[in-house]
Amino acid sequence: MDWFNKLIDTYPVFLKGMLLTFELTVVAIMIGIIIGLFFAFLKISKINILVWLSDAYIFLVRGTPLIVQIFVFYYGLTSLNMSQFMAVVLGLAFHNGAYIAEIFRGSIQSIDHGQMEAGRSLGMSVSLTYRRIILPQALRRAMPPLGNQFIIALKDSSLAAFIGMYELFNVATTFGSNTFDYLTYLLIVAVYYLVLVFLISLLARYAENRLAISD
Amino acid sequence: MKEAIMVKVEKLNKSFGDLHVLKDIDMTVREREVVCLIGASGSGKSTLLRCLNFLEIKNSGKIFIGGEQIEEHTHDLNQIRAKVGMVFQHFHLFPHMTVIENIMEAPVHVKKIPKDQAYEEAKELLAKVGLSDKANVYPGKLSGGQKQRVAIARSLAMKPEVMLFDEPTSALDPELVGEVLVTMKKLAQEGMTMIVVTHEMGFAREVADSVIYMHDGRIVEVGHPDQLFHTPTQKRTKDFLDSVL
Repeated sequence: MDWFNKLIDTYPVFLKGMLLTFELTVVAIMIGIIIGLFFAFLKISKINILVWLSDAYIFLVRGTPLIVQIFVFYYGLTSLNMSQFMAVVLGLAFHNGAYIAEIFRGSIQSIDHGQMEAGRSLGMSVSLTYRRIILPQALRRAMPPLGNQFIIALKDSSLAAFIGMYELFNVATTFGSNTFDYLTYLLIVAVYYLVLVFLISLLARYAENRLAISD
Repeated sequence: MKEAIMVKVEKLNKSFGDLHVLKDIDMTVREREVVCLIGASGSGKSTLLRCLNFLEIKNSGKIFIGGEQIEEHTHDLNQIRAKVGMVFQHFHLFPHMTVIENIMEAPVHVKKIPKDQAYEEAKELLAKVGLSDKANVYPGKLSGGQKQRVAIARSLAMKPEVMLFDEPTSALDPELVGEVLVTMKKLAQEGMTMIVVTHEMGFAREVADSVIYMHDGRIVEVGHPDQLFHTPTQKRTKDFLDSVL
């Protein structure tokens, strides 16, 4: 019961942390989607230098730890004088952009080439066909892995604690070190993460169903 | 009195890498004419059709549409394609749009026709292909024959001057072939210029004004269906007809 009492007692602080965690993730994923779409298009452009650029970006992101990327934005690029929030958001966006690029590339390339030909045969330009025909279908297919990526990003945002942001994980460890009772607060923060992830999966499933209405 | 020339091809050549698919093709199609392209698979029929819609770009030769020579580099191919309708073997309807949205898509977004006008025209086209009751259905709910009729309506919505059909019934269950052929016949009777790649010899015999037999990237024989089917002048034509009839 002690654990439950502490859960109730600390909820105003944890809710604040949860809000910050959520904000970090949502903003980062939104920027990540823009970055991802951009690099996905570079990669399917079949123009050597652009494909190479995209490959290099993905290689760099996948090959280095997220914590290093966040630290580069915050401690490394001090001349940019970024806020903690900005550094974490950019770190997460830069990181997730690479994975989202691969998600978009895969889903765009999974659309039957006949769709492009049908659009072109009706006099539609390549860009119009992408916008009206290919992307709406590709986005639908990208939804499940995007939801997954959102969840990964949410959990990864705990790394913000290491540059001193008072998000969920930091709240838990602070309580833990103040009371010498880490386990209680780690189990409490686990509940918050579980609830957040659960809500996001519901949201993702809702979005999937909405988009899949025609199939 | 002869009709004006709608499509003319001179010494058309097309290769995919080392594979020489079309060899010195010459062809003339007049307004209101229905031309059927027959031949074994791999003979180049579909490639020829796709060159006429510039989905494939020729290596050499000349293509005239409506009397005008089309140069891939100087012409706006989107404008040309809008004049040349294409119906595919596998329909390629847009699965995320309803039937009526499929038909309205190009008129609204390419020709910039007002939506309500495009809607009315789409309705008329649906009635014409006998699918008025399917306007708000998604393609996934249609049979193959219905899909192909929607694809025909979608193509007609751009008011093309010539329609290309690339094996329009080859992907259909046998019992659904008839409804598509009836739609195409109707179109032919209304005077649409049509070039049809087909394995439906019955359709070719009944509807075509001229039949072209292709083999190995060349046009082997051209003739009125009565002549070509009954008294082919080339041995290869006769062999092919013997094998399919």
